[in-house]
Amino acid sequence: MSLFDKFQPLIDIRAELEALGVMPFGAVTEKLLSATEGIVNGHRVILAGTNNYLGLTFEPECIAAARQALEEQGTGTTGSRMANGTFADHLRLEQELAAFFDRRHAIVFSTGYAATMGMSSTLAGPGDVIVMDADSHASLYDGVRLSGADIIRFRHNDPDDLAKRLRRLGERTENCLIITEGMFSMLGDQAPLAEIAAVKREYGGMLLVDEAHSLGMLGEHGRGVAERDGVEKDVDFVVGTFSKSLGAIGGYCVSNHPQLEAVRFATRSYIFTASPSPSVIASTRAALRILQRRPELRERLWDNARRLYDGLKALGFQLSPEPSPVVAVTIEDRHQAIAWWNELLQHGAYVNLVMPPASPGDYALLRCSVSAAHTPDQIDHILAAFERLPG
Amino acid sequence: MPDYDDYLARIYEVLKPFTKQGLLLNEDSELVTELGLTSLQVMELIEQIEDYFDICVPLNILPDIRTVRDLAEQLEKLDA
Repeated sequence: MSLFDKFQPLIDIRAELEALGVMPFGAVTEKLLSATEGIVNGHRVILAGTNNYLGLTFEPECIAAARQALEEQGTGTTGSRMANGTFADHLRLEQELAAFFDRRHAIVFSTGYAATMGMSSTLAGPGDVIVMDADSHASLYDGVRLSGADIIRFRHNDPDDLAKRLRRLGERTENCLIITEGMFSMLGDQAPLAEIAAVKREYGGMLLVDEAHSLGMLGEHGRGVAERDGVEKDVDFVVGTFSKSLGAIGGYCVSNHPQLEAVRFATRSYIFTASPSPSVIASTRAALRILQRRPELRERLWDNARRLYDGLKALGFQLSPEPSPVVAVTIEDRHQAIAWWNELLQHGAYVNLVMPPASPGDYALLRCSVSAAHTPDQIDHILAAFERLPG
Repeated sequence: MPDYDDYLARIYEVLKPFTKQGLLLNEDSELVTELGLTSLQVMELIEQIEDYFDICVPLNILPDIRTVRDLAEQLEKLDA
C-alpha cells in the first residue's frame, strides 16, 4: 500500500495515451495567432474549445487597459482583499458588476473556482441543507462538501424532482440553499430556471445560480439564463467567472441581500488568497463595457453556434440536446473519442476531449465551444475536420 | 417508521440487478469492491431507496458506507 495506489487508474490512462502518441489533457498551445487560431501540439488549428465566447482576449481596448494598469499599478497586488489587496479598481469592478446585474452588492474573487466553491461552501453550514442539480460543476461539489451542510441532489434539470425533495424536507427548507447552473458547461444545455424559480417560491429556500457559461450570451442585457427567463428576482445569488466571455480570469457573486457584505468576510477562498492582479481587473472592466456596448457580439456568437450545431447534426453526429455555444459530440467508445480528438487536431481543429467523470454519464465527449470571433469560414473548417473523421 | 430490517430488505431488492450469478447477498457484501458498483451507481441506488421510502438521504453519509449493513444502519440513523 502506498499513497500513490489510488492514482493508478490515472497512471494507466496516461500510459495508454502516451503509447498512442496522443496527449489530449494538457495540450500545449505553442502560439496564438488570434482569438480563434493557434498552434497546438505542433498543429495549426482553429480553436474550437476555448470558452472564449465573445472572442475578447485580443480586443485592443482590453489589452490597452491591462497594459496601463500594469504600468501604473504593477504586476500583482501581493495580498488578500482583507489586507493590502483591495485596490480602488477592485471596488470599481464590484460596483460595475452590481450595476450590470442590477443588484445591490457584488464580490470579486481571484478565480471562478474561488467564487463558486467559496459561495457554495459558505452560505450553508452545519444544520442547513443544500439541494443541488446532480450535474453541477466540480467546484460546486467541492464547495458543498466543505460546507458541513446536508447535501441532497436533484435529477439534472428536473424541477419536479427538486419539488419532491423540497417537499420531503418540510420545514428544513427555511435553511435550504438550492444550487443550479444557467448553462451547463459540458453539454451546453440550459436549466429550466422559470420552473425552478416557481418551485422555490412554493417550497422556500434560497437559490444560487452559476451563470459562468451564460454571461454575455442570453437575456436582453446578456446577464444570462435568469434574465432570459424573467426570474432574476427569484435568484438570490448569481455566481460566475471572468474567464470565459470576459476573456480574463476571476470570479464574482452578485446579490440583493445586504448580508453579502458579511458573507464576504466569512468566505475563505476570498480571504486566504491574493486578490486579482491590476491588469486582470482592468481588462475585465473593459470587456464588461464591450459586452454591454456591442450586443451584436451575442448575435454573431449564436449565428456561429447554430451553424456548427446544424452542420454537425447534418453530418450525423450525436449532439447535445439543443443548439448552444457549447456543442458536444457524444461518443460511447472512449478509445474512438481519443482517436477522433487526435484526427481533428491533425485536420486543423482543436476541441476538448472530455471523459468520465468530467462528462455526465458514462460516455466521452468531443466538446466544441464557439466564439463570436469565429468567421463562418472557420466554422466550416471545423465542420470539414469532423467530416473527414473515419466512420 | 421503517426499521433496519425494512431498509435491509429494500437494499437487497434494489441490488438485485447488480448481483452476479451465484453470488449471495448478505449484510457484509461490499458495494464497490465486491458488487462492482461505481460511485454513480451507489447514488442511483440511494435515489431508488429515497423514492421508495419518500425520504431524503444526504450524500454526506456516503463516506461511511462500505457494506450493505453500513447503508442500512445509516438509513436507520436518519430517522433518529
